[in-house]
Amino acid sequence: MDLATRRVVNTTVGKKAVMAVTGVILVLFLIAHMTGNLKIFLSTESFDHYAHWLRTIGEPLLPYSWFLWIQRIVLLAAVIGHIWSATSLALKAKAARPVKYAHRRPVKGSYAARTMRWGGVIIVLFVVYHILDLTTGHLNPVGDSSRPAGNLIADFAPGRWYVTLFYVVAVLTLAFHLRHGVFSALRTLGQQTQTGERRAKAVALVVAVVIAVGFLAVPLSITTGLIK
Amino acid sequence: MNLTLRIWRQHGPEEKGRMVKYRVEDVSPDMSFLEMLDMLNEELTLAGDEPVAFDHDCREGICGMCSLMINGSAHGPERATTTCQLHMRHFNDGDTIDIEPWRARAFPVVKDLVVDRSSFDRIIQAGGYISAPTGSAPDAHATPVPKADADAAFEAATCIGCGACVAACPNGSGMLFTAAKVTHLGLLPQGQPERDERVLNMIHAHDDAGFGGCTNTGECHEVCPKGIPLASIGRLNRDFLKASRSISR
Ligand code: FES
Repeated sequence: MDLATRRVVNTTVGKKAVMAVTGVILVLFLIAHMTGNLKIFLSTESFDHYAHWLRTIGEPLLPYSWFLWIQRIVLLAAVIGHIWSATSLALKAKAARPVKYAHRRPVKGSYAARTMRWGGVIIVLFVVYHILDLTTGHLNPVGDSSRPAGNLIADFAPGRWYVTLFYVVAVLTLAFHLRHGVFSALRTLGQQTQTGERRAKAVALVVAVVIAVGFLAVPLSITTGLIK
Repeated sequence: MNLTLRIWRQHGPEEKGRMVKYRVEDVSPDMSFLEMLDMLNEELTLAGDEPVAFDHDCREGICGMCSLMINGSAHGPERATTTCQLHMRHFNDGDTIDIEPWRARAFPVVKDLVVDRSSFDRIIQAGGYISAPTGSAPDAHATPVPKADADAAFEAATCIGCGACVAACPNGSGMLFTAAKVTHLGLLPQGQPERDERVLNMIHAHDDAGFGGCTNTGECHEVCPKGIPLASIGRLNRDFLKASRSISR
């Protein structure tokens, strides 16, 4: 990075822009990921076929599974940028008020806005678990990478309700994170009118609800026996 | 009415402070909050004690000098009201009221409830002005301004720079103040020549002063005595990103 760009990125507004752009990349990925998951409602074969197809995107230009690796590198970079900007802004905020108030009215902002930082930590921990569970298969009861639908169904079997519960908690945390995060990203990227504010908040709410419903449908359907 | 006050007392910038309890009696509900404090100070002076130092000037809600965190709310419990315009009828007989100074690294305590807000002046010096030849007033219609822009600029211009936004912000951010100035000047034709430079310099001055970043929580707008819209921060962000692109070109 040249000096001028670095000067911009190191300001509070510049860091917010990094957070917003990386956040948008991650939300777009989530929407694609969620849509793919819903394939399980068609049939397990359709889901397995979709999972295999993901590895063949870009062929023959890209060798087998290269697309997936490129996507993973982009996502990893986005996650690192997101966490870097969040951490450095959180530290600056902490330093900005060295002496606390003896009497402080509870912050009125939404629950979602107040839980961004800890919510983010929960989401990171979940993602680590989730990758070890359904990507690498280490924590999965079956862990057969050639039959992803089988892994999924074994994972959320009724007897393993605690796994489902953990997923539910994580997805709800994510939904709250998005409810404030999407609005905040739009604002950071320049949403500037009061009517636009209502619209941006509505968009954020819709994204949060769609993501929550879409991601919860699969594990809940398996645990309740809707999908076998 | 009779009240118990718990007030932050601190002899000087380097001194350690603490909350001290006082009783005030026969407070009239028609008094302003500052008049109630004047009454306490009179009693303290007569008793040979040091009066409580607090900032004030116009007492009309227009200068931005008064401050005070009252029961954990900047400028007290009433919306869109400065401390000087807050009346005691909003409190009840027997109440205990906590009074603290604005808390922020960029607003160090000078004495008791008085804080040094010159970090706001530094933000203004960095770009909160226009460079135009003065002289005789130009004709009112010489530079047309669309009505909507004039209204929005005026709304932002009502900011009195009191610092309540910083005091209330969970991140100790001065973004609403900075956004009000950027909006006010950036919407008017006279503010255009310095528009890019202004926003960049003001943000650097803001960050250098030790203010935190904005998380769009909206506490600032809740306590702002002038109700500066939160959306003005979006305008600041947009101007900042645009200006950054044009200087890197
Ligand atoms: S004393 Fe001037 S605004 Fe309160």
